[in-house]
Amino acid sequence: MTLTLEKVSYRYAGAATPSLRDIDIALRDGEVLGLVGASESGKTTLCLVASGLAPRTVGGRLTGRVLLDGKDIEAARIHELAGRIGIAFQNPATQRSGVTETVFEEVAFGPMNLGQPLDEILERTSSALRALRIEELAPRDPGQLSGGQQQLVAIAGLLAMAPSHLVLDEPTAQLDPAGTTLVGDAIAQLALDGTSILLVEHKTDLLARVCSRVIALEAGRVAMEGAAPDVLSDPRLGQLGVAEPALVRLRRMAEGAGLDPARLERAEASV
Amino acid sequence: MVDLAVEGLSHVYGREVRALQGVDLRIASGERVALVGQNGSGKTTLVRHLNGLLRPSSGRVLVDGVDAARLTVAQMARRVGLVFQDPDQQIFAASVRSEVEFGPRNLGLRGGSLRQAVDEALDAVGLGTEARTNPYDLGSARRKLLALASVLAMRTPVLVLDEPTTGQDLRGVERVRSVIESASSAGRTVIAISHDMRFVAESFARVVVMHAGRIVLDGPPESVFAAPAWDRLRATYLEPPLAALIGESLGLGSTPTDEALIYAISSS
Repeated sequence: MTLTLEKVSYRYAGAATPSLRDIDIALRDGEVLGLVGASESGKTTLCLVASGLAPRTVGGRLTGRVLLDGKDIEAARIHELAGRIGIAFQNPATQRSGVTETVFEEVAFGPMNLGQPLDEILERTSSALRALRIEELAPRDPGQLSGGQQQLVAIAGLLAMAPSHLVLDEPTAQLDPAGTTLVGDAIAQLALDGTSILLVEHKTDLLARVCSRVIALEAGRVAMEGAAPDVLSDPRLGQLGVAEPALVRLRRMAEGAGLDPARLERAEASV
Repeated sequence: MVDLAVEGLSHVYGREVRALQGVDLRIASGERVALVGQNGSGKTTLVRHLNGLLRPSSGRVLVDGVDAARLTVAQMARRVGLVFQDPDQQIFAASVRSEVEFGPRNLGLRGGSLRQAVDEALDAVGLGTEARTNPYDLGSARRKLLALASVLAMRTPVLVLDEPTTGQDLRGVERVRSVIESASSAGRTVIAISHDMRFVAESFARVVVMHAGRIVLDGPPESVFAAPAWDRLRATYLEPPLAALIGESLGLGSTPTDEALIYAISSS
């Protein structure tokens, strides 16, 4: 069970140049793959392609193949995909169903449409709300939440679908630090349960925590790929428009100031 | 120059969501203030009162000593510019230039001075070469910078930014940082909501911490992120920046920024 992109290039309808070029990615079960890069380097496009939304609903032209569990994603019916691959868009408002009156119903909307039995739906919904500590939002109107709360509700909706593959496009962009940690915990738990996760994030501290591998995109191509600690401490990261994790930056500054890195490391270990 | 004051401000959405519960806050002209707190703590609700977008359920907002309830939306717009968290709530024009022109044109600017205000704002966010582009051909990060430019062009004495660095890459964050820097050195008041404590510690002189519709901490980064405040900070589910934690564990006192920490280690 994997999500594989083989020599994938993709061009939006009417665009002069492709947004993705020759992308090869294999995402194994239980793996969290981080995706970084400057704005407009192709991260969101890759999310749309990897989840089967582009070109299917977005249009445009794809070459190469996207395989979901060994089968071409283009050949799968959309309702088959819905239960297996979940996507969180950058802007949670885009994601809201618009037909529910409470957060509880909104989170239950996905599993209901998958035709799950009622007690299963209730259980999944409650446990998704619990995992992100938003139980108290359950009776609220999903249209009247803060940006960060909307983002948590969108992610809870995905958790309740229990897909085997997840594509998350900046899922913590509007979240406070505690919410970001909770989403990180939820991602780590899903991975332990065997879900494969493609995670786009500007917050490299979060990637350092949950990812095994990280890919950096530049102008639609893979510019760097490797084990998370290696890519996230690579000095080329800055040129690619990616901020270093807090610790990497501190170490680099300490080194630049001629300080003994051992002293900083001892202090890091104690916090 | 505009002084802002909020007195006993409460706001209730619908019948029961009490977003603000008696907030008192004074912000003097030229201050640089970060507003932090958990999602849903009332930050956005508070700043939407500062430009008259929301009206208090009780309490009042004073702009230069005048009750904002007595000012028109247009009068408020001249004084306080607000950049939304989600640029798509703000953008509507068919080109980047006309989007940025809209605000200053409504304030009465025409001809050369209008052109200059727009050009300066576009250059400040790095969109100078995209004037003819349709905003929806820009990626979400640049749409957000466009929303910032359209408010900058109004040259209001007060600039309020709701999560300006969200979704920005390294260069985008640097753009935002330099916009704040230059607005501030031009004497404008800058108020920004952020979840990025490192950015807050580096770019703001004053940090206001909100929790459940109230202000729970208010002071410079050196005191809000210092060990004695950690309990209160953590009660609001916030963590001080990494540099502050390391500085304290090395016994170097309050070092809220990386620069402060490195300096303190070097001179210890």
